[in-house]
Amino acid sequence: MSSETKQILTTDGIPLEISLKKAERKNKIKAFLLVAPLLLFLIITYIFPIGEMFTRSIDDKMITNMLPKTFKSMETWDGKELPSEEVFASFLSDFKILVEKKEHGKLAQRLNKEKNGFNTITKKLFRQVKRNKIDETQNIKEQIMKVHKRWRNVEYWQAIKRTAPPYTSAKYLKAMDMYLNEDNKITQVSEDRRIHRILWLRTVEVAFFVTVFCFLMGYPIAHLLATLPMKYSNLLMICVLLPFWTSLLVRTASWMILLQQQGVVNDFFVMIGLVSDDNRPEMMYNKVGTYVAMTQILLPFMVLPLYSVMKTISPSLMRAGKSLGGTPFVAFWKVYFPLTIPGIGAGCLLVFILAIGYYITPALVGGASGTLISNQIAYHMKTTLDWSFASAMGLMLLGGVLVIYWLYNKLVGVDNIKLG
Amino acid sequence: MALPKYTETRYRIWHYFYIAICTFVFIFLIAPLFVIFPLSFNAEEFLVFSEGMKNLDPDAFSLRWYKDMVYGTKNPWGLAAKNSFIIAIFATLGSVILGTVAALGLSSRHMPFKGIIMATLISPMIVPLIISGVAIFFFMAKAGLAATHTGIVLAHIILGTPFVVITVTATLSGFDHSVTRAAASLGSNPVNTFMKVTLPLILPGVISGGLFAFVTSFDEVVVVLFLAGLENTTIPIQMWTGLREQLSPTILAVATCLIVLSTLILISAELLRRRSERLRGINR
Repeated sequence: MSSETKQILTTDGIPLEISLKKAERKNKIKAFLLVAPLLLFLIITYIFPIGEMFTRSIDDKMITNMLPKTFKSMETWDGKELPSEEVFASFLSDFKILVEKKEHGKLAQRLNKEKNGFNTITKKLFRQVKRNKIDETQNIKEQIMKVHKRWRNVEYWQAIKRTAPPYTSAKYLKAMDMYLNEDNKITQVSEDRRIHRILWLRTVEVAFFVTVFCFLMGYPIAHLLATLPMKYSNLLMICVLLPFWTSLLVRTASWMILLQQQGVVNDFFVMIGLVSDDNRPEMMYNKVGTYVAMTQILLPFMVLPLYSVMKTISPSLMRAGKSLGGTPFVAFWKVYFPLTIPGIGAGCLLVFILAIGYYITPALVGGASGTLISNQIAYHMKTTLDWSFASAMGLMLLGGVLVIYWLYNKLVGVDNIKLG
Repeated sequence: MALPKYTETRYRIWHYFYIAICTFVFIFLIAPLFVIFPLSFNAEEFLVFSEGMKNLDPDAFSLRWYKDMVYGTKNPWGLAAKNSFIIAIFATLGSVILGTVAALGLSSRHMPFKGIIMATLISPMIVPLIISGVAIFFFMAKAGLAATHTGIVLAHIILGTPFVVITVTATLSGFDHSVTRAAASLGSNPVNTFMKVTLPLILPGVISGGLFAFVTSFDEVVVVLFLAGLENTTIPIQMWTGLREQLSPTILAVATCLIVLSTLILISAELLRRRSERLRGINR
């Protein structure tokens, strides 16, 4: 480039480069402003609350705020022998404030979760405080220790100290059937109480097998739909699209009718002599029901991406493969199948993601052995009201889904999702 | 799919086997929907085909459960249907407006951070509903919108916009931007250009996105279960409670009506898709 090159100017006398950049920036802002309303709306009502789920799941501030003086004075306590008079005194003064605010019940509940037995001794202490039996001019330590023998047990004071940090990983550990023991070590709960791990495994298992079933059933019909002449395939496409557009609850209801003991499927089995009339198998309220209903409900999500990929494969490729000496099977395996892999990836990931978070169908046809982790989340949201535990499990599930979503984005690209 | 005459026997067998599999899958897909029809006309209270029905005895059929659905005193279907339609219509309007505007911005080649913004906008479709339900419930409870129609409408807008964004961006991908430039050069302002030129051209995509949003809202139960009070009951909630407690034939009558509705939606969606493909010049 020679040094004599003059800057090109626009008619206004501004260098062209600057002018272009300005126009570019203006366009960028314009495009962004169009997206902004929806983006803001989603961030406020959706993305932000998901973040709030995280703070809620690790939040343990309640007790930190309830016993501020106790935790302050406990800082110097080594935690091996009973704490000093100072700790007892500050605990009593914290406790008195709680009694005034009528929050001592909450404290008892929270401490009882940390160590069994707090409920009784907190109630005993409450009665003593209420009747003004504790004389603050005397030795408070002696008096509290007299209320119940457990107040003389150092393990209970250690339990109180463990609740001091404002954040806790307890909910996440609980979701994995683990907890922090007295020495702050991660331990597994006793074998008969390990329910969550079973649910996680079952969720992954159901999602995996439903995906496999959907693939095995979806691939042949997607192929048929893509290769048949238009006038037939349009008619058959309705069989895929009508369930797709029909209410989930309607489809679940029809499976409940079909699979019940006196239902059509069992009638059919009896008719062809597969089972005897008085020995009809139970197909609902177990895993079989969950598998059958979920496969039918999610099948369209497998067929549609497969179809849209297969539609673009020219039939002459198969003919070429055969003319080069391949048997139909070889031609299919070496030519056709590799070309459909993007569709397989899209369909499988879509079905897997949908299946792993399924809630309605397992709750209705799953029974006790067919419920999944989502049912557990809903149970804690609506029945036990342990929202922080529900949030923790929800976020663990979300973590898994996001990994799959990221994979999906890498393999297929999110903007390649096709609907119908 | 006639086979050529020279086909070997083993491929012939394989071919018929393949057809048999496909037939089975198609029946598996569609048959469950057709079980509901006859049973909803059952004269008896049981959800099995009675002897009379198998013999096509006219007395075994009745409109009893449809009458119960409409006039039944204990049945909240009237209120539920009203709520469902109101919520779905407003949610669709909201999703279509927000989603179309956002899609216009996203299809611009000047859009910065396109990938991450697109991922955010369609995330409600990918995140499992149960998690969306929990998160939206926390927001609505804080904003004081739990157990209100407004809260449910907003929740359904969140769930419906991804469909509108996806269908409209797909329509816009084949859009010829020189027509908007032509309009601008003829002195039209951007709003006028959008209403008179762009919108009529992308309308099929907008409407089919709207149909998705409508169905999503009309069929949504997980989030509503967290949000709804007694006043805000919807058809899916009533079906959910009914299916949990006792499977009554009235539910089948409602289900039949819903299948008819979804058939209508399917037909309109298909017609729109064909029209939009014709407009985009996709020949098949």
